[in-house]
Amino acid sequence: MSAFDDAGADLELRQITKTFPGFTAIEQLDLTIPAGSFFALLGPSGCGKTTTLRLVAGLEEPTTGRVLIGGRDVTATKPHERPVNTVFQSYALFPHMTVQGNVEFGLRRRGVKDAGARALEALKLVQLDHLAARRPSQLSGGQQQRVALARAIVNRPALLLLDEPLGALDLKLRREMQLELKAIQAEVGLTFLHVTHDQEEAMTMADTVAVMNRGRIEQMGSPQELYELPRTLFVANFLGQSNLLTGDVVATSGANTVVEVGGVRLSIPTARMQRTSGAVTVGVRPEKLLLLTEEPKAKRGVNLLGPARVTDVSFTGVSTQYQVEFPENSALPGMSVFAQNLVFGAVVNPGAEVWLSWSVDHGFGLADAAEPGSSFAAAEADDTSVAVAAGES
Amino acid sequence: MAFGAFAGGPAADPGIGAAQRKSRVVLLLLLPGVIYLALTYVAPLISLVLTSLQSPSPTFDIGSYVYAFNIGNYATAISEYAPVLGRSFLFALTATVLTLVIGYPLAYFIGVTLRRFPLLQSLALVLVIAPFFISFLLRTLAWKQIFSDEGPVVSFLQALAILPHDAHVTGTPFMVIFGLTYNFLPFTVLPMYTSLERLDLRYLEAAGDLYASRWSSFWRVTFPLSLPGVVSGTLLTFIPATGDYINASPSFLGGLDTAMVGNVIEQNFLVLQNYPVAAAMSIVLMVAILIPVAVYVSLTKTEELL
Ligand SMILES: Nc1ncnc2c1ncn2[C@@H]1O[C@H](COP(=O)(O)OP(=O)(O)OP(=O)(O)O)[C@@H](O)[C@H]1O
Ligand SMILES: [Mg+2]
Repeated sequence: MSAFDDAGADLELRQITKTFPGFTAIEQLDLTIPAGSFFALLGPSGCGKTTTLRLVAGLEEPTTGRVLIGGRDVTATKPHERPVNTVFQSYALFPHMTVQGNVEFGLRRRGVKDAGARALEALKLVQLDHLAARRPSQLSGGQQQRVALARAIVNRPALLLLDEPLGALDLKLRREMQLELKAIQAEVGLTFLHVTHDQEEAMTMADTVAVMNRGRIEQMGSPQELYELPRTLFVANFLGQSNLLTGDVVATSGANTVVEVGGVRLSIPTARMQRTSGAVTVGVRPEKLLLLTEEPKAKRGVNLLGPARVTDVSFTGVSTQYQVEFPENSALPGMSVFAQNLVFGAVVNPGAEVWLSWSVDHGFGLADAAEPGSSFAAAEADDTSVAVAAGES
Repeated sequence: MAFGAFAGGPAADPGIGAAQRKSRVVLLLLLPGVIYLALTYVAPLISLVLTSLQSPSPTFDIGSYVYAFNIGNYATAISEYAPVLGRSFLFALTATVLTLVIGYPLAYFIGVTLRRFPLLQSLALVLVIAPFFISFLLRTLAWKQIFSDEGPVVSFLQALAILPHDAHVTGTPFMVIFGLTYNFLPFTVLPMYTSLERLDLRYLEAAGDLYASRWSSFWRVTFPLSLPGVVSGTLLTFIPATGDYINASPSFLGGLDTAMVGNVIEQNFLVLQNYPVAAAMSIVLMVAILIPVAVYVSLTKTEELL
């Protein structure tokens, strides 16, 4: 790779609100992305990810608030004056130009010499140099997406906005492109703002992940932090799966808070709870649960639930997922357990009586309480509920 | 034979593939059009070519000719009327450029700017087409009135001393070009509007994102994408304008020295009854238009229009 022109620039969004007629797409968004970081914006469809990128690129004007790139206020500048390039969700490849012409476009506008050679290099990166002479309409969807990627990357902008840039690729190519992107980003220290639906992609690629919901950022942090310690119901359900239990705080013992759920006392580290009084929702990830076929002795530092009944067993390759219910305690919701397949086949069969235990350290307490019975709320909030909720505000 | 299941038609005789059957249907559907073209286009064209080669009848009756192979008609048509042919092209070309310059911004305004206001967009389109509701001859005569020596425009300009007292506007090349531009403007605007109305604005956003200024976005994205409309619009103006004989006729906006090919053909045909020369001129005109049009279309790479 030849030398890049710019180092990354940091991006700062200050108190951004974007209102479309009768609809608030972004509400009071504050966001700082340090130069050179790989930042992923993760959220359900319609939550405002594309709108956020358009605000940064200058294709949309914020209703209120300011956009700063590299410390410079660019809120009032035109898109072509911003050191930003976008991989559009809809690709937006120029249909009257060849693939090569498309990739060269940005370089030529800036009067860069050897635009042709650089464009070819970028096309090689996305494994499409052999199709440089074709028109976009003669490419498959995934190929078009890679051209869109090359067309943006070739400019080495201080800030690269990627709107689901790998959505149309098969798993293998997707992994390859993820590695390429990561390599480019690391090599040059560009700042990447990467939008995706795919939580795995966000987690594997980004330094920082922000989970967005209804035009707001619910939680931001490293992938591990977000996964191990979700702070809201939405994050707990959107990023992976969670077993959630709602009960009342009854006591504090040492570093732990005791929550009573359906007559059972569970300990949660106080430091991992957003609220420590009244009704709270606590949770634990399914893979942290241990499935036991005999009732164990109560132990300090371990939470225990049971007896429960296995209602469903599904084999997924690396793990087996069990659904369990508590027929003797109707206050406890069904839960799921992911167990590594250390032996061949399932350990227990549907109908078996089991106990669940987990280390106290793995529990977390959320800031908002779950609706009763929604502990398995689908990860994806559907479009209409998002629109209605945001429309009301 | 697996395809037979998808064709939905009656079971075919096993010797004929689906593709072959399809091409027969296509031929059958094309038949009415082919017959129509043969009767109304090819037959008259052959008759025109034959007429253009006729010689005067040996009895020297006026308007009576016999079939011959008289290439001389073409020599007459070209040598005598070359200046008229040149003038026709000049007038038509000027008018076409003017319709483009006036029409493109109009088409852009209606097709792109007014997109957010569908009602205004429809209204503007109706306004573009509105002149068609009044006879073409009447409208052209109305302009003659407006620009006549005693009319408001000339009097006003004379009062301001912009025009001398003995000035005429009607009968001048200016007036003929004005008339052509006015009458053909909708034919340029509508195809350009259709192209621009379909223009995906996301391409412009992408161009802006890739450092193109508005000016450069226009020339590199908007204009090339609207080129099919520009080409068909200008052709729809240039071709009929070259052969037009109303605007340039002295009874309308023209004068004695503004005659275009159409006027000369009309005169040879209806007044002088010199059918062979009139026919030869029509063919010369056709060829003279076809050559530059073919070059134009191939230069703008819009062959698919033809
Ligand atoms: N021009 C507009 N006018 C009105 N509403 C809009 C407009 N653009 C976007 N919206 C609304 O704003 C919300 C956020 O849209 P946005 O495109 O940012 O979603 P997204 O998070 O990118 O979704 P996806 O993952 O499906 O691409 C949506 O509910 C959408 O309907
Ligand atoms: Mg989007």
